[in-house]
Amino acid sequence: MIAEAGHYALVLGLGLALIQSTVPLLGARWRDVALMNVARSTAIAQLIFVAASFAALVTLHVSSDFSVVNVFENSHSMKPLIYKITGVWGNHEGSMLLWVSILALFGGLVAIFGNNLPLSLRAHVLAVQAWVASAFYLFILITSNPFLRIANPPIEGRDLNPVLQDIGLAVHPPMLYLGYVGFSISFSFAIAALIEGRIDAAWARWVRPWTLMAWIFLTLGIAMGSYWAYYELGWGGWWFWDPVENASLMPWLAGTALLHSLVVMEKRNALKVWTILLSILTFSLSLLGTFLVRSGVLTSVHAFATDPTRGVFILLILCVFIGGSLSLYAWRASALKQGGLFAPISREGALVLNNLFLTSACATVFVGTLYPLALEVITGDKISVGAPFFNLTFGPLFLPLMIAVPFGPLLAWKRGDLLGAAQRLTGAGVAALVAVAVLWAWTRGGSAFAPLAIGLAVFVIAGALSDLAERIGLFRVPLGTAVWRARGMPRSSWGTVFAHAGLGVALIGIVCETTWNSEYIGSMKISDVASIAGYELRLDDVKQRQGPNYREMIAQFSARLDGRLLDTMTPSKRTFTTRGATTTEAALLTHGASQLYISLGDTAGDGAIAVRIYHKPFVLLIWFGPVLMAFGGMLSLSDRRLRVGAPKPAKSLRGLQAAE
Amino acid sequence: MTRKQRRLTIIGGSLAVLAVAAALVLNAMRDSIVFFSTPAMVAEKHIQAGKRFRLGGLVQPGSLERGDNLVVTFQVADASATLPVFYQGILPDLFREGQGVVAEGALDTAGVFKADTVLAKHDENYMPKDVADALKKQGYWKDEYGTKPTDAAKAGGTPGASRAAQGAPQTGQGALR
Repeated sequence: MIAEAGHYALVLGLGLALIQSTVPLLGARWRDVALMNVARSTAIAQLIFVAASFAALVTLHVSSDFSVVNVFENSHSMKPLIYKITGVWGNHEGSMLLWVSILALFGGLVAIFGNNLPLSLRAHVLAVQAWVASAFYLFILITSNPFLRIANPPIEGRDLNPVLQDIGLAVHPPMLYLGYVGFSISFSFAIAALIEGRIDAAWARWVRPWTLMAWIFLTLGIAMGSYWAYYELGWGGWWFWDPVENASLMPWLAGTALLHSLVVMEKRNALKVWTILLSILTFSLSLLGTFLVRSGVLTSVHAFATDPTRGVFILLILCVFIGGSLSLYAWRASALKQGGLFAPISREGALVLNNLFLTSACATVFVGTLYPLALEVITGDKISVGAPFFNLTFGPLFLPLMIAVPFGPLLAWKRGDLLGAAQRLTGAGVAALVAVAVLWAWTRGGSAFAPLAIGLAVFVIAGALSDLAERIGLFRVPLGTAVWRARGMPRSSWGTVFAHAGLGVALIGIVCETTWNSEYIGSMKISDVASIAGYELRLDDVKQRQGPNYREMIAQFSARLDGRLLDTMTPSKRTFTTRGATTTEAALLTHGASQLYISLGDTAGDGAIAVRIYHKPFVLLIWFGPVLMAFGGMLSLSDRRLRVGAPKPAKSLRGLQAAE
Repeated sequence: MTRKQRRLTIIGGSLAVLAVAAALVLNAMRDSIVFFSTPAMVAEKHIQAGKRFRLGGLVQPGSLERGDNLVVTFQVADASATLPVFYQGILPDLFREGQGVVAEGALDTAGVFKADTVLAKHDENYMPKDVADALKKQGYWKDEYGTKPTDAAKAGGTPGASRAAQGAPQTGQGALR
């Protein structure tokens, strides 16, 4: 009964989306307020129905109703409750349902908080949002229905893939989807602007918080996924340049560029045409990511060709939306008026440079991700494009960007003074050089790359702090005045400082981890001691344990530093009975920002266990950096000027009142 | 600065950055792309020693030998050829005799494949995609490889529900519906 209700709610959602995608447009054309307002109510109703449908699937999973195929294939009655819930989106059908739920959530939020939008703009935005939603409802209902029943219900389910039975699954996919799908709002706004043929600084002010929100979630989602891969997959890697990861990185790069170009548009009313294009591209890359991950094209081009329904359907959605929006762009973009002038050396110029590097870096990731697929389809040759490719392309493009980062906020709008900015960055430059010199002396004989890269990171962090000091007049005015100024500084400026510093922090983590990572691989028996990077790890004991739906072999290590006991570490190997699968649960010991990492391998006949131990210096900074960036984003989002419902130009206010 | 000059500056700058990006991509394409081969293709193509590639095939049953210090040697086979592989390290959870494997490394002068990584990337049927495609092409594919849901997909580098989530076994589903 619940399954049927969920299915029915989804069909109703589709019906509402179809109404929402047409009626408001007619209303906008005929200037009919009632018809335009249909968008608002349908968007809210749609959210309610899709939420009901999603709740239905969660209920089915929680109550272990194995008469539903989706539950049977991905659940088990013995599974802990949390994984019964997270298992809802740990499979294709469920994760697509989560996708449309989040799409409906964003549509509903625009409808609820978009009261200060011009009526016709809101109608257009929600209509475009509904086009996307309709396409994906159809996709789910036709090819990936999560509510299908089995004629003869089995007693027990097949259990969720053990790798996914982890708290990471509870957080990572929803975060990532909030980011991915959040960019649909900037897409809808861009298309609405193109349809209306009107775009101004107020438009950028409306779009920016939504884009910022999506960006924050995507940043956290990617960082979270990276940390999950790091501790769950058992070999200590945190980024693999895997197509699935690239699929989330590409929208992030384009979205970061979009955030910066929106600033130019909001403040200076320039770069309109480019910003629109970027909004379209960012969401297109989100769609591309969905296609890559959901169509099965990555698992096998072969499988894609033999069972093409799903893949072809998403490919069709992809072509229609990307092709359609770009055609509309080509047709209408010239109608948008050009904005303010600026010299190449200016804040605008710096933001253009940022956009150039980010989009180029995004393009290289795009090529590296899709080239193997294209080559296989065309010539049949199989190649793998791995980390070396991306290090050679992405790296050289990102480094000049990092050098430019501290300069941007110090340049004035319209016409900047590069020399002046450089002077104000002298302190940061000196800090960077000192860092390089110290590290160089400390790692004599090591590669020059690591000290230089850390110097660059120090430059970025110190540059962000100089920007802050400059703004509040630290050291120039009395301390009290500086503090008073700091309190009065707009939150978005604080956001910039934190986000830029976060970039530097992440770079330090990345460089330290890749350069000074040490590892020990060997087989150990009880009371053997392994030493690594000054730490001593003794294998104390090996035990067997029974978990809720698995058996577990636990090894207990005691970690000592200079003879002092730090803690015990208990890596384990779990064997899941239902699927006969093994997973390796690594043990982590955090010491400052560094971590010790132990994962277990096979047990040999004589009882020795193969053990992999890593010492990863400053590895936590890799994820602390993105968290700092996201925090900066949140500060910026909480800026009063950006708050949803914040001041708007008097002109559109009058227009709205007149309309109501 | 006039609008035209400004536009020219921006376009010029963009072209310069894009040219750099393109040059980087082409350069990286030449050096860092790794091709995939099966033992038969290795025999045919006479790949020179030291050139990195990915070797895929089935682990010959009975060929796995473990030495001291986590040294392992095994044979990788396809329809017509086998190739000895040398590896030092921990084999992934999904490594089994008689199952598919992908190893990355290079041949040494004696014709032994020295692997520095053995990949645990599998699809839901316990078979690396490249290996499955290559074996199917050679007619060496037996359906039973695909029907053994002995081990679930380990989502290689996938930190998400994404790929591993596709690992729902497809076998027998038709019958259930």
